[in-house]
Amino acid sequence: MRGGYMGKILRVNLTHGTAHSEPTDPEMARDFIGGRGFVQKILYDEVPVGANPLGPDNKVVVAPGPLSGVFMPSSGKVQFGAKSPATGIMGDANMGGHFSVEIKYAGYDAIILEGMGNRPSVVVIDDDKVEIVDGSKYWGKGSSVAEKMIKDDLGEDFQIAIIGPAGENMVNIACVSHDYGRQAGRCGIGAVMGSKKVKAIAVRGSQSVPLADPEKVLEYGKKMFYGCFEKPGFREWTPLGTPGVTPWVNEVGAFPTKNFSTTYFDDHEEIGGEALKERIWLTDKGCFCCPTPCGKYSRTTVGKKSAYVEGPEYETVALLGGNCMLSTIEEVAYANYVCDELGLDTISGGNVIGFALECAERGIITEEQIGRSVKWGDIDSFVYLAEKIARREGIGDILADGVKVASEKFGQGSERFAIHIKGLEWSGYEARWAPAMMLAYMTCDIGAHHNRAWAITYDVAKGRESTEGKAAKVIELQRIRPSFDLLGCCRLQWVEIGFEFDYYPVMFEAVTGRKITEKELYDATDRVWNLTRTRAFLELPDFSRASDYPPARFYEEPIPTGPAKGKLIKKEQLDEMLDDYYELRGWDENGTPTRETLEELGLETCIHDLERAKIL
Amino acid sequence: MKLAAKHALCSGCRVCQLACSLSVFRENNPKMGLLAIEAHFPAPGRYEIKHCTQCGECAAVCPVDAITETDGVYRIDEDVCIGCHACVKACPHGVMIVRKGEDVPSKCISCGACVDVCPTGAIYDLDSGEGGR
Repeated sequence: MRGGYMGKILRVNLTHGTAHSEPTDPEMARDFIGGRGFVQKILYDEVPVGANPLGPDNKVVVAPGPLSGVFMPSSGKVQFGAKSPATGIMGDANMGGHFSVEIKYAGYDAIILEGMGNRPSVVVIDDDKVEIVDGSKYWGKGSSVAEKMIKDDLGEDFQIAIIGPAGENMVNIACVSHDYGRQAGRCGIGAVMGSKKVKAIAVRGSQSVPLADPEKVLEYGKKMFYGCFEKPGFREWTPLGTPGVTPWVNEVGAFPTKNFSTTYFDDHEEIGGEALKERIWLTDKGCFCCPTPCGKYSRTTVGKKSAYVEGPEYETVALLGGNCMLSTIEEVAYANYVCDELGLDTISGGNVIGFALECAERGIITEEQIGRSVKWGDIDSFVYLAEKIARREGIGDILADGVKVASEKFGQGSERFAIHIKGLEWSGYEARWAPAMMLAYMTCDIGAHHNRAWAITYDVAKGRESTEGKAAKVIELQRIRPSFDLLGCCRLQWVEIGFEFDYYPVMFEAVTGRKITEKELYDATDRVWNLTRTRAFLELPDFSRASDYPPARFYEEPIPTGPAKGKLIKKEQLDEMLDDYYELRGWDENGTPTRETLEELGLETCIHDLERAKIL
Repeated sequence: MKLAAKHALCSGCRVCQLACSLSVFRENNPKMGLLAIEAHFPAPGRYEIKHCTQCGECAAVCPVDAITETDGVYRIDEDVCIGCHACVKACPHGVMIVRKGEDVPSKCISCGACVDVCPTGAIYDLDSGEGGR
């Protein structure tokens, strides 16, 4: 490990109040690269099968990658992971900002939080000096309020990852927040931090990231920046960022609307990127070294209420806007602010609240149970439900477990429109008329998340009725996009402005001194993919092919309105795609990795564990 | 080259700081950058670029005249500097640093490494443009 890696992993034990560092395992670096690879490998090895996600045996692993903090575009992504309380399988979430790079500058390739504290704490990491300090005065405070307090106490140059009241109350859809508006949102990692009574991790570092070839990094880093500057998308995409895609998603009939009952929102122009930029935008807010910041910092006013908020990003526009039918950018941004302060993932939050509104409309839950009347498109209803959920009060205590558990409790057919896979709520692309996108959600290893494969553009380009070739494309994307998650940098330049992937292996070699081919990088992503899949079978006795299906709404109810009116996906199409997918992945018809596949990837431990569990 | 800043264009990405440290010291470490970004969040929500304006305050307080100006740029003569760091304290922008293990401070010589890669042109060369990319 000549460069890119800091050579140490920090282990913080909350039960004993201790912290020490260990050398980074070179074999883990070779096979799993870093970032999400480290997160999932460490979780697999260290968290016992069957561990209570909110108990002392679960761990939170936080990992930048070997390219994090390096002189190149968008080198500031960090991965958070834990066994998810929402899904019962291994989860992870990532965010940008400046937390990733600060971990590197403090000298670490990963941070492991383990055990369980009995009083609120803040883990303060100042290079080699690590302390677990009393966090009582921050406990109960909103994410940005508490972040400001901690910065005032420790210093503005500390970077903070923090939970809100939702995390403290172990809400399954609780996120981790950073820098007044960045979130590692998915899988309820905030709840796991909350279970350990860790309000925040504060990091400050003074060290340089070692580089195998500094001259080459300087020269090639500049080349990468200029490569981005020269792409037309650099000027066209950046001003609006991710919410700029809102009109297109509506035009192609894929915008989550009214709890995914339909796919076109009449008011979408009022909540998209143009409205954001014209009406509430204050400044772009870039993650570390980002040439194309999707982060838009805004000030929103709704009635007498006003708030500063980062965003809304596209996913928030889709899930709080269309899905809960909030019809102005000001309301969407305010709802975003409320979720951020409470520490609720806006994707899952918009799903859970949309689900609750539909249950209320259908009379599955009553006004008495809810505590007031609630309705679509009403900001007060939204804020009321968000607060109930974050504080686990009344109906909020059930909704706080996510739509899967809530629908099991509510019954009355609500499972059909509880929009999740594997217990993780769906992100911003409705896929009844987008087979590849549907398959991407079905097979994403943490549940219904878009970041592993944004395949809807392929559906639009190649035909939206056909399933042919879709599995191969989804797998191709599931190799490229997760590569960024291992390297510790952002994929958006590749996704949004067409910046070539070929740059990254070259930069990897300049930074680490290790020559790597795209194939070797993809193999590493396959290793992680099979590790998480294996672990799902070990964790859940009923995990099977059935775990990959979407909710019945998507194959039973034709889309009622908009450009995709009348469309739905047939169940046999889902099966065709799953058959293709499993075969191409080297899995059996139940979706279990085969011995040969695991052997090829060097995952002998997985073979052993599956054999012992009598699954293989 | 004369550095100037349009603060409203800054997105706080800090590539300027990293480009500086890597160009000047061959160290991948934005904390060694000879300029800084101050973030004013959550309110009022803006960034401020702190950079050397070659104002000469450092030279004015140097007790041994180790800092001299040529072509509008102030440089430190390492052979003359006594390492008292009066200049670091006097810098009105707080952008002079003392590297670990060094006595002689470091300061910006307007090399333009930051300007070169700023994605928005928030930090720019007043001699050749008006900012913006």
